[in-house]
Amino acid sequence: MKFTRLIDVRRVVLACALSIAPIAAWALDIAQFKVAKGNVYVERGGKRFPAYVGTHLQATDTVVTGADGVAGITFIDNSLLSVGPNSVLAIERYAFNSTTHEGVFDAMLTRGTLSVVSGKIAKQSPDAMKVRTPSSILGVRGTEFLVRTGE
Amino acid sequence: MHRRYLGALVALLILGGCASSKDLVVLLPDKDGKVGKVLVQNPKGETVLDSAYAAARTGGSLQRNTASQSEVKDVFGTALAAMPPRPVSYTLYFESGTDEFSDQSKQEVKRVLAEMARRPAPEITVIGHTDQAGPDSVNDALSLQRAERVKSILVRLGISPDRILTAGRGRREPLVRTADGASEPRNRRVEISVR
Repeated sequence: MKFTRLIDVRRVVLACALSIAPIAAWALDIAQFKVAKGNVYVERGGKRFPAYVGTHLQATDTVVTGADGVAGITFIDNSLLSVGPNSVLAIERYAFNSTTHEGVFDAMLTRGTLSVVSGKIAKQSPDAMKVRTPSSILGVRGTEFLVRTGE
Repeated sequence: MHRRYLGALVALLILGGCASSKDLVVLLPDKDGKVGKVLVQNPKGETVLDSAYAAARTGGSLQRNTASQSEVKDVFGTALAAMPPRPVSYTLYFESGTDEFSDQSKQEVKRVLAEMARRPAPEITVIGHTDQAGPDSVNDALSLQRAERVKSILVRLGISPDRILTAGRGRREPLVRTADGASEPRNRRVEISVR
C-alpha cells in the first residue's frame, strides 16, 4: 500500500518534470469524500466502485449519485463541492500548486444538482476554475454558487 | 403544403432544445456576507451573476433574474445539506530561533487535534510562511522545511502521516504587510488548515 503509493508519487514527479505542468507531487489524490449517503459511485478508467466517507478522488474521476444519493467532497485547495441525487459530475481537469496556488479546475455537471464553494485555485486566478453543463460554461470568480442541469 | 416547413421547424426546435438543456445557476452570498461573481456563457448569450441570489436560467433563452430562498431550498436543499464542513485554519509560532512551539501554539495544536476529532475523514495541510527577507527560492525551501518539521511533530502526537500534506508558501502570503526585505517574526509562521 505504502510502497505502491511511493512509486506513484515518483511517477507523478517525473511526469511533472517532463511536462512542466503546475501539479503538486501528491497529485494523484486531489480530494476526499466527507459526506456519502445512499448510492454514491466513482467512475475511474471505465470501472465503477462505491464511494464512502474517506474515499479519495483523482483527477478525471466521475462522481455518480443514485436517486437516494448525496455526496460532499473537499479538494486539496479547499474547494468544496456537493452533489444532490441523480447527479453526474465529472472532474475533467484538476491541478494545484500548493506553493503558488496556481492551478486548474474543470468540472462538468451532466445531470443533477451541484453546490460549490470555490477554493484557493479560483482565488489565485480568476480564469482557473470552470464548471460546465451540456449547454453552459460557468467562469468562477468566486465563491459560492449552485448549478442544476437537465429537468 | 407547409408540411415540409413544419418538419424543419420541429427539427430546429428539437435541436435547439438539445443544445440548451434547462440550466439554473444561482450565486449565493459567502459565509461572511460577501458576494462573489460567476460568468454564465451559453449559445443564447452570456450574463454575469454578481449579487446575492442572482440567477441565470436557460431553456428557450438565457434569462437573468433572482431565485427566491424557497426555490433554492426546493431545488438545492438536498445538495446543500451534503456540503462538507468548512476548512478551518490555525496558526503556530515558534520560540525565536528554535523548533519549540510557543506556549500559545501548544494550545493551538490541542485545538487542531480536537477539530480533527470532530470531522469526517479529517485531513490537514501544514503550510509554512516566511517574512519578506531573502529571495523567493530560499523562502520557498525554508517555508517547506518548517512545514515538514511541524508535520513530524504532529505525527509524533499521533496524527497519521497519510492525513498530512505539507506546503511551502514562501513569502507570498504575509500576515503583516512589511517592506520588501523586512524581517518580521509574525510572518514567520506555520498555518495548519484542517479540512
